[in-house]
Amino acid sequence: MATITVNGKQVKVDAAPSTPLLYVLRNDLKLNGAKFGCGLGQCGACTVLVDKEPVYSCLTPISVLEGRQVTTIEGLGTREDPGPVQRAFIAEQAAQCGYCIPGMVMRTQALIEHKPHASESEIRDYMAPNLCRCGTQIRILRAIRRAMNEMRTASAEIAR
Amino acid sequence: MNAPHSRRTFIAGTGALVVSFSLNRAFAQEGGAAAPKPPGPKLPGDLSKFPKMDSWIKLEADGRVTVFAGKAELGTGIKTAFTQCAAEELDVASSAITMITADTALTTDEGYTAGSHSMQDCGTAIRFAAADLRAILLELAATRLSLDAASLKSADGTITAADGRTVKYGELVEGLDQHRDVRAETGIKKSGTFAVIGKPMNRVDIPGKLTGGESYVQDMRPEGLLHARVVRPPAYGAKLAGIDTAAVEKLPGVVKVVRDGSFLAVVAEREDQAILAMHVLEDAARWNDTTALPKQSDIQSYLRALPSSATTILDRGTIGQPGVKALRATYSRPYKSHGSIGPSCAVALFDGGNLTVWSHGQGMFPLRSALSKLLSLAPEQVRCIHTQGSGCYGHNGADDSAADAALIARALPGRPIRVQLMREQEHGWEPFGPAMSAQASAAVDDSGKLIDWQYEVWSNTHNMRPGGAGNLLAGQLIEAAFKPDDPKPIPQPEGGGDRNSIPLYALPNARVISRFIPQMPIRISALRGLGAYLNVFAIESFMDEMADLAGTDPVEFRLKHLEDARARDVVTKAATEFGWQPNAKLPRGRGQGFAFARYKNLGAYCAVAMDVSVDRQTGIVKIGRVVAAVDSGEAVNHDGIRNQIEGAIVQSASWTTLEEVTFSDKEITSRDWSSYPILRFPDMPDSVDVHVIDRPDQPFLGTGEAGQGPTAAAIANAVQRATGVRMRDLPLNPARVKAAIGV
Repeated sequence: MATITVNGKQVKVDAAPSTPLLYVLRNDLKLNGAKFGCGLGQCGACTVLVDKEPVYSCLTPISVLEGRQVTTIEGLGTREDPGPVQRAFIAEQAAQCGYCIPGMVMRTQALIEHKPHASESEIRDYMAPNLCRCGTQIRILRAIRRAMNEMRTASAEIAR
Repeated sequence: MNAPHSRRTFIAGTGALVVSFSLNRAFAQEGGAAAPKPPGPKLPGDLSKFPKMDSWIKLEADGRVTVFAGKAELGTGIKTAFTQCAAEELDVASSAITMITADTALTTDEGYTAGSHSMQDCGTAIRFAAADLRAILLELAATRLSLDAASLKSADGTITAADGRTVKYGELVEGLDQHRDVRAETGIKKSGTFAVIGKPMNRVDIPGKLTGGESYVQDMRPEGLLHARVVRPPAYGAKLAGIDTAAVEKLPGVVKVVRDGSFLAVVAEREDQAILAMHVLEDAARWNDTTALPKQSDIQSYLRALPSSATTILDRGTIGQPGVKALRATYSRPYKSHGSIGPSCAVALFDGGNLTVWSHGQGMFPLRSALSKLLSLAPEQVRCIHTQGSGCYGHNGADDSAADAALIARALPGRPIRVQLMREQEHGWEPFGPAMSAQASAAVDDSGKLIDWQYEVWSNTHNMRPGGAGNLLAGQLIEAAFKPDDPKPIPQPEGGGDRNSIPLYALPNARVISRFIPQMPIRISALRGLGAYLNVFAIESFMDEMADLAGTDPVEFRLKHLEDARARDVVTKAATEFGWQPNAKLPRGRGQGFAFARYKNLGAYCAVAMDVSVDRQTGIVKIGRVVAAVDSGEAVNHDGIRNQIEGAIVQSASWTTLEEVTFSDKEITSRDWSSYPILRFPDMPDSVDVHVIDRPDQPFLGTGEAGQGPTAAAIANAVQRATGVRMRDLPLNPARVKAAIGV
């Protein structure tokens, strides 16, 4: 039995400590967002945040998560009230099959928190771990820039 | 557009509600291939196969509308475009429409969702069926109101008379026979009156996919679900010689080991337990009898030396004209992986002698046929329900995983079984896009026009899809193994390996020969665009070579040989929007390239212009600005078309500059994303702009596969202008580029 904190809620999970977080999220907590893509840390489809850092949930055992905050795409907003990064992806229609998109959104969330003023080449370098096979990257880049602008504007207004 | 849509589709696919529904639907599907053809002219789209209105659309008394599409959503946005078609022609809100896709119990058999056919075949049928339903409702309302139908207006599911009286569609359902032949003569709306077609509409599936909705077969968790993993053989032809399963069966959570011949799988309570057990099972399995593979570096000459049958598919004028200048060249492509980001997955339930399979394969009816043979069941005992998966781009591992799930489910009746392939299983065992080669020779006359054109293409089949149980991997592995179907070429005009091998250009003397090679050393099937990718790469590279030989700008050279007005428009649009300048002076290491094709010579027109830079030290080809123009006929959803072409350009850029399936003399060796790299964000083009040329009131031409070929040739043409070196063998990867430019 392990205790982890996902999207702000503490949950007890009946799984071996070595169990990768991905399977706990998907099967025990029934969260669809993080996807199995490779199990090798090569594609980023399983990306979630642990304490605001993007991690491959397919490679992260739940034993290292004690006292840390896990955030999945479900923690960013809902269908009725999507978060700013989700809104930007919807506005740019930045998906085809969409399988890679939750991982893209989570890495974007981390990027904006760490580098709110990232340049185009910094954005591309930061997003390099995540693969999309439908070729939606050009739209994803537009969505990232849109989210970045909106979140900067929002934080500037709060500061004012 | 809202949650209830996808939710309802799922419920319709998973619950008991289906039983009574399917009885209705079996009735609605009457009029298939075996039914007598309706009199009169051929009905448009797949109405010609299924003429009954309620095969496509059904109005309920509460005003809600269900649309039944035999084509599936593969991530291209087709559900949204179908919704627009129905909403427009019926005059209902798109939110009133529930879309059911590819389900053997509920929809018509439209074969595979492939070949950029969905809009032509299914979208057209939905439009005509919805338009005729609206016409009938207007007639019924006219009778009720004692008015002339022409004086009535319809909008948002309500009919309004000039005197202000209204009738809701739902009020007219009672006694309305919707199981009737669609009258094609009713026709569809003319452009200029559209409220929905051609107007912006967001994808109906994107909000769910962005917020953790249950969107994919991978996300299904029916009550009592068990997780399974398969163990694939280490190489083609390997047979399971022996295995001791005792240790695996004692592992935590393991429910069962399923073995049938060389088919091996393990079922567990938890997914992670199934994966651990799979690894133990892999270590315990002993295999023998692998099939030797040809040497990868010699694959093109190996394939061309195999027996082949030649068909002359174009023979015009008198070939052998010497002209004033002539050229000959050979082009090739290696095997390519579909490389879906999500490994294939399926859920199956064997209950009461009946099998239900949820699959992201492209053809639910062909899959049902294959599974019924595999499990010796009657087709009526098998139901296949399309449920979205990761993008497939052709025949990937989807059908294989459906067969895996079916075999495992039969061994554990009453429990839903979810099986997902591992990355190395998807990459190692999917049916690849075939390796191919082509030889072109041509001559220009003293006016710079092509006076002679000869082209030959060598290819395996591009279609080993199920239908036959031996085309499913599990079918080949079980003890009572099935043989794969005999490979067949796909005939012209669509073609398979010879798709797009006949140029659209005006050529007075031309011959094209298609050489079909039956023997397949590597497992192959359909990959987006089939032979068009190599043929357009070859023809459009060769057009540039001939333009240089004639001393003509490549865009001008193409226009000089194009008579089709829509082709000329697309070429001109792409060149103009790009700002194409003949002999543009670019810095050293940079070049611009152009290419064009009409997909299958009967689908969408697409032209691509781009600039690239080539790093002489690393051999890396970096794509800068890309501009494309596309004519897909009448445009239902402009952004959907742009999204498809943008994706095609990026995917083809990856195929063209990086990708190659690798293999040793024993086995496939490109089994993950490090051994089969694809383009990542830092490698993306600087920009991609797609211009849609809308053709109101013209038939749909499809979009999904139009961009791959032109992109490949535009890259090679730009690389030639950047380096002075013509590269004719794909991929143009850094090692090859360095070798070609001699650094």
